[in-house]
Amino acid sequence: MNDIKERLINGLVKENPTFVLMLGMCPTLAVTTSAMNGLGMGLTTMVVLALSNAFISLLRNIIPDKVRIPAFIVIIASFVTMVELLLEGFIPSLYDALGIYIPLIVVNCIILGRAESYASKNPVIPSLFDGIGMGLGFSFALTCIGAVRELIGAGTLFGMHIMPESYVPCSIFIMAPGAFFVLATLTAIQNKIKINGERKGKDMSKIQSGCGGDCLNCSDTGCTKPQKINGRGEKEHA
Amino acid sequence: MSDLMKVSSNPHIRAKSSTSSIMLAVVIALLPAAGFGIYNFGTDALILILVTVLSTVLTEYIFEKILKKKTTIGDYSAVVTGLLLALNLPVSAPWWIGVIGGIFAILVVKMLFGGLGQNFMNPALGARCFLLISFTSIMTNFDCDAYTGATPLAALKSGETVNIFNMVVGKTAGTIGETSMIAIVIGACFLILTGVIDLRIPGSYIVSFVIFICLFGGRGFDYAYISAHLAGGGLMLGAFFMATDYVTRPITVKGQYVYGILLGILTGIFRIFGPSAEGVSYAIILGNLLVPLIEKATLPTAFGKGGARA
Repeated sequence: MNDIKERLINGLVKENPTFVLMLGMCPTLAVTTSAMNGLGMGLTTMVVLALSNAFISLLRNIIPDKVRIPAFIVIIASFVTMVELLLEGFIPSLYDALGIYIPLIVVNCIILGRAESYASKNPVIPSLFDGIGMGLGFSFALTCIGAVRELIGAGTLFGMHIMPESYVPCSIFIMAPGAFFVLATLTAIQNKIKINGERKGKDMSKIQSGCGGDCLNCSDTGCTKPQKINGRGEKEHA
Repeated sequence: MSDLMKVSSNPHIRAKSSTSSIMLAVVIALLPAAGFGIYNFGTDALILILVTVLSTVLTEYIFEKILKKKTTIGDYSAVVTGLLLALNLPVSAPWWIGVIGGIFAILVVKMLFGGLGQNFMNPALGARCFLLISFTSIMTNFDCDAYTGATPLAALKSGETVNIFNMVVGKTAGTIGETSMIAIVIGACFLILTGVIDLRIPGSYIVSFVIFICLFGGRGFDYAYISAHLAGGGLMLGAFFMATDYVTRPITVKGQYVYGILLGILTGIFRIFGPSAEGVSYAIILGNLLVPLIEKATLPTAFGKGGARA
């Protein structure tokens, strides 16, 4: 039971795929034009993630190591196709709103990432809940981003008018540039948390933002991190 | 930025010009256009200009205070940004458009990229395009007490005839500072005479634009049509005041001609083939983004390197 709780919290908070791991940026940027679309995309991904995780975990001892990636893709693609057909049949409005991004769930790096790093090494039940936890974290993040964009860009939240009548929607926020504005703000907050945590001596290496370790092409003259020369003769952080 | 003095080998060139003196010259050069805008559109224009300038200057000041950096509002660059932005707004825009535009121009386009000299895009134009996309109906509403109906360029696009004399003088609908070709050219002459800008970019911009219009405008070398395109919209303001922005134009001489020609072609494409009658803002912004490439392609050969051997 503790295992399950730990997996759920891990996906929602500690290794939140969007806020911490910065995975699956393509759907994050593209479909979060409203809170509803964000939630729909998140939940769709969660279903696929949980099912594929459970299945891959079941088959983990049968799949030969050398062809594991194609095998994972086949399993994931089967579930995505099922979910796509179900959505088209039962929630056509969401199906239309998400468009091409539903079939693209197949190549969502969160799903393949969890299959590779967790489900292929762990038993079925934890893998299932790992998928649910990650999916919840993804849904939560996408709904948050969608809510911010919808609120500023249209003055509504889940389709309901929230802002006063006199508010003029800043419609750039529900267009492509708005996604980048929100994501950039998010990354700035992430960096702040990461830097503060490192100052207190915590391990913040999970947060995948900010410095990519590429000292050669870095323009930050105030960087104080220690550097070393790697095997190719390039500078990088030790 | 470090406070260390940069030490370089001689010869050293001394000049009296500094960032603040150049920016002040630009402010002075913009005054005829701003003055005509206020005369043309009334006190609403004055209020909008003041609010926008105040917004840019305050944003820069507060940002630098919060980040405990050196205050740089004394170099007048924020004033130039605010003034240019205000001149690009329609007079019917509410005051908060100026405030939001000012904050976006300084905070997002300029300060987040490292302040003056580091911004990759003209802040005033970046903010104008941000506002244009966000609040399209407000930003394209040119109705006011003095004028109703379409701007001359929009009328021209829909096939109507326009009064070119009024367009040159500036008694037409449009944004606050773009209407009067005469006022803008007076300011531009001041800048050229004081050596702040030269004619490379504006010249190649306007010439290539005229050639483009002749080729693709569908009217051949129609004198009236070409002059209407030259006097209409933001072309003059853009060519003399925004395309020549020191930070966002190419440094190399050859690159400046390439940049000017590129802007002329882009403006022509946007005006003739695009859905909107205007195209200067987007053309200059796209040009700004291509500046690093232009500079790379037109880098002069260093002395002693390359070339044919004797």
